[in-house]
Amino acid sequence: MTLTARARSWLIGSAAILVSAVVFLVPFAFILLTAAKDARQAAQLDFSWPSSFHFVPNLIEVLQARDYMLIIAYINSTILTVSSVAIMVVLAAMVAFVLQRRASRWNGLINFLVLSGLIIPPAVVPTIWVLDGLGLFGTMPGLIAIEVAFGLSFCVLLFRAFIATIPRELDEAAVIDGAGPLRLFFQVIFPLLRSVIITAVVVQSVTVFNDFVNPLYFLPGSNNATVQTTIYNFSGQFATQYHLLFMDILLVTVPPLIMFLFFNRRIVAGMTAGAIKG
Amino acid sequence: MSVLLETRDGTARDTGSPPARVRSPYPHWFYLPAAIVYGVLFLIPTFASFYFSLTRWTLFESHFIGLDNFVQFFQEPALVKGFVNTLIYGVVTSGAKVVLGLLLAVLLTSRIVARGYLRSVVFFPVLVSTIGVGLTFTVLMNPEQGLINQTLATVGIEGPGWLTDPSYALLSVALVDVWKGVGLATLIYIAGIVSIPQEYFEAARVDGAGAWANFRHLILPLARPATVTVIILSLIGGLRSFDLIWAMTRGGPGFTSDVIASVIYKQYQAGFYGLSTAGNVVLFVVVTAIVLPLSRFLNRKEVEL
Repeated sequence: MTLTARARSWLIGSAAILVSAVVFLVPFAFILLTAAKDARQAAQLDFSWPSSFHFVPNLIEVLQARDYMLIIAYINSTILTVSSVAIMVVLAAMVAFVLQRRASRWNGLINFLVLSGLIIPPAVVPTIWVLDGLGLFGTMPGLIAIEVAFGLSFCVLLFRAFIATIPRELDEAAVIDGAGPLRLFFQVIFPLLRSVIITAVVVQSVTVFNDFVNPLYFLPGSNNATVQTTIYNFSGQFATQYHLLFMDILLVTVPPLIMFLFFNRRIVAGMTAGAIKG
Repeated sequence: MSVLLETRDGTARDTGSPPARVRSPYPHWFYLPAAIVYGVLFLIPTFASFYFSLTRWTLFESHFIGLDNFVQFFQEPALVKGFVNTLIYGVVTSGAKVVLGLLLAVLLTSRIVARGYLRSVVFFPVLVSTIGVGLTFTVLMNPEQGLINQTLATVGIEGPGWLTDPSYALLSVALVDVWKGVGLATLIYIAGIVSIPQEYFEAARVDGAGAWANFRHLILPLARPATVTVIILSLIGGLRSFDLIWAMTRGGPGFTSDVIASVIYKQYQAGFYGLSTAGNVVLFVVVTAIVLPLSRFLNRKEVEL
């Protein structure tokens, strides 16, 4: 790079840093600052340094609000996220494996259904009707099954592309050694999917954890709150208590931030999968 | 495959066990668990929605009323507004994400300092809770006290009532949607641009192409698959969008920022299950009628250099 080119790259870079800070960082700084203010200062809604730090009292107060609702919501969200992502990943990998390996007359239909799952908006009230008929409406297992059903398509597409890169000779060797389909899949193929499974788990965990619509429809009632419905309810209840509202928003932002810090590359890989081939 | 099956058959006979059925190591029943969950909770409701959209429905009994729900959907101004807004919202967010995503990706694949930091900062909002983002921006967009209008006031501009003015509310929400979603579009474009072979850029440099010519005649046509992905993904997301709008305006002021998805929720809350389901069917038709032909059209057109 010549000197002028380097100067130019530096100039554009610093301009970009400045703009990005204003556009993308200020909102997060605002959340952080407001969460640390006392009630009176937070109500002014301005972007300023807290006159006194109430971070820990705010944290305790928001956790205790409405009989420790937020803690219950965190437990609910954790159960929801962990179980639905675990089930989704195993079921989708089984589908992707057979779909990629075996050419049969089902393949066309299944590919069609997988794409439909990505495009078609779920029909809300009929889904409630079905869940109600099964006795699962308003229950955690019902919501877990819903998240599994809606997340399968993405996982199948991700896994199928990856399984295509695993040589068939491996399957054949395992079969010759006497492995049945279950052992072939769970002991030979599934471990090889490790990297793509991590990608799917991270992306889907963030998606399910952040999901607001499905808990709103399929898990109503304040005892069943998930983290997302809690902030939504708090926004009505704490309309004037902005320090608590923003502490809550901050708490909800932390888990994705941790995921992002540890799995940045995986997330990027998962979310841009398919960008090249379209 | 055939070799594989013969071997299995052979071993079965050698050990003297009863002649086993020739079984594939890739059994169809692997589809079954996923198919049950998907079929019961996604396919059945989707098919059922077509019937129930033609009824007056209480979950326990339904009364067939023909196309009345759809007639109502396209006659009541509040509901028609939701339909029109859905189209506006989808097109505006998708278009803005394509343009901004492409520009940001070109910037972030060029040789500038702090590239990694910039990519992270642009992408992070994608992972943050939509409700959290919506509530934060509701406060930032507060007409008197909000940070945005206060900042504008210091340079002498009187900012609009972003979310309180009926003519701005929908577009303000769309703006926040773009803020939150542009990182994904940028990432997809970066992946597309990085996959363009370097030889092309070298050949272009030998031919004396400048930055603009590079962009216009290399990046733009060769990042086409990325463009298709961004358009399709953001259209699907934008047309179905609910949570951001619900967090920021709840369809208001009045029903000026309602979209089909928020109409579905409002009618569901009001107990009009048939009408709500008709809204779902309309949304289904809108999404498929736009996305399917568009993706076919975009994927068919060849890259012209």
